[in-house]
Amino acid sequence: MLTVIITLGVVAVIFGLILGYSAIRFKVEGDPVVDQIDAILPQTQCGQCTYPGCRGYAEAIAKGEADINQCPPGGETTIIALAKLLDVEVKPLNGEHGEEKLYPTVVQIDEQSCIGCTLCIQACPVDAIIGAAKQMHTVVETVCTGCNLCIPPCPVDCIHIIEVKPTVRNWVAAFPAEPFIAPHAQ
Amino acid sequence: MTEYALILLGTILVNNFVLVKFLGLCPFMGVSRKLETAMGMALATTFVLTLSSVSSYLVDAYILIPLGLEYMRTIMFILVIAVVVQFTEMVVHKTSPLLYNVLGIFLPLITTNCIVLGVALLNVQEKHGFMQSLFYGFGAAVGFSLVLILFSAIRERIQVADVPEAFQGTSIALITAGIMSLAFMGFSGLIKV
Repeated sequence: MLTVIITLGVVAVIFGLILGYSAIRFKVEGDPVVDQIDAILPQTQCGQCTYPGCRGYAEAIAKGEADINQCPPGGETTIIALAKLLDVEVKPLNGEHGEEKLYPTVVQIDEQSCIGCTLCIQACPVDAIIGAAKQMHTVVETVCTGCNLCIPPCPVDCIHIIEVKPTVRNWVAAFPAEPFIAPHAQ
Repeated sequence: MTEYALILLGTILVNNFVLVKFLGLCPFMGVSRKLETAMGMALATTFVLTLSSVSSYLVDAYILIPLGLEYMRTIMFILVIAVVVQFTEMVVHKTSPLLYNVLGIFLPLITTNCIVLGVALLNVQEKHGFMQSLFYGFGAAVGFSLVLILFSAIRERIQVADVPEAFQGTSIALITAGIMSLAFMGFSGLIKV
């Protein structure tokens, strides 16, 4: 009886060690291509590409289901970077998914007209709209990605797009299409 | 050498584990809907079956018999099989994520594939040595793969065929499996009595 318990225990421990070692040895780091594509996408999570968020779109591109020109927020910069990464032809932005904007935009709620229906809150992919039922809503402009998904559900058309013109206070250097490598580092 | 060839021939055709011994019917019906899935399953099972056949022989010959614990065989073999399957799952996940996704739940379910335990126990029953166990496990796996791939090819054809309403779906698959089994029984004529 004791032999059985000891033998089974020892064998189980040895097997456990083997499995533990192979779990480290055969660790899966996830699909690197998807991660690279996801890093290029603008992370607005706007869903204009018809996929649920940038990650979903990145996976679809990696599988070959989606084209590279479906991301209006990223615009030409993103398309060029994707074409370079995946070694395919650069093509113009697909108009079905939206137009590229010259300036970044955010939305603003006309607070006089807002009836507090919460429909725009449900539509917002980044939770940038705050408010409660029958209370006035407002947009947190620093969080708003300008995807305009909240505009169609609004029953009283009180959401307006405003351009954010760069000023000295909010100007941010454009993200380079390809990483800059200093000459001496090459 | 002739002995090993005979073991292979015996396990693949004459005593095919699926169609003659009726072991491993669950994956045989479950994964045979598409040819690619069937091939992936066949590969994974071949790997698991060969490895587990050999390792259960080693465990039996060098641990159980010297300690006089033959009555613990079944439990010990299940432990060995579970470890081998887990190991295979890790390797497949690392080397072929696509195959890992396609096989899905059937990969861990190889643990409960009765061919795996069946081969390990039959090895003991027929007093196989190391090389014999290796070939017996491999032959059983090749037989399983052969039948699974043939069957899935037939099922792909049946899907576009005009099957009478009463036989549609699983029933025609079961009937097909029965006819295949009859055909494989014909191989027992290979042995001269």
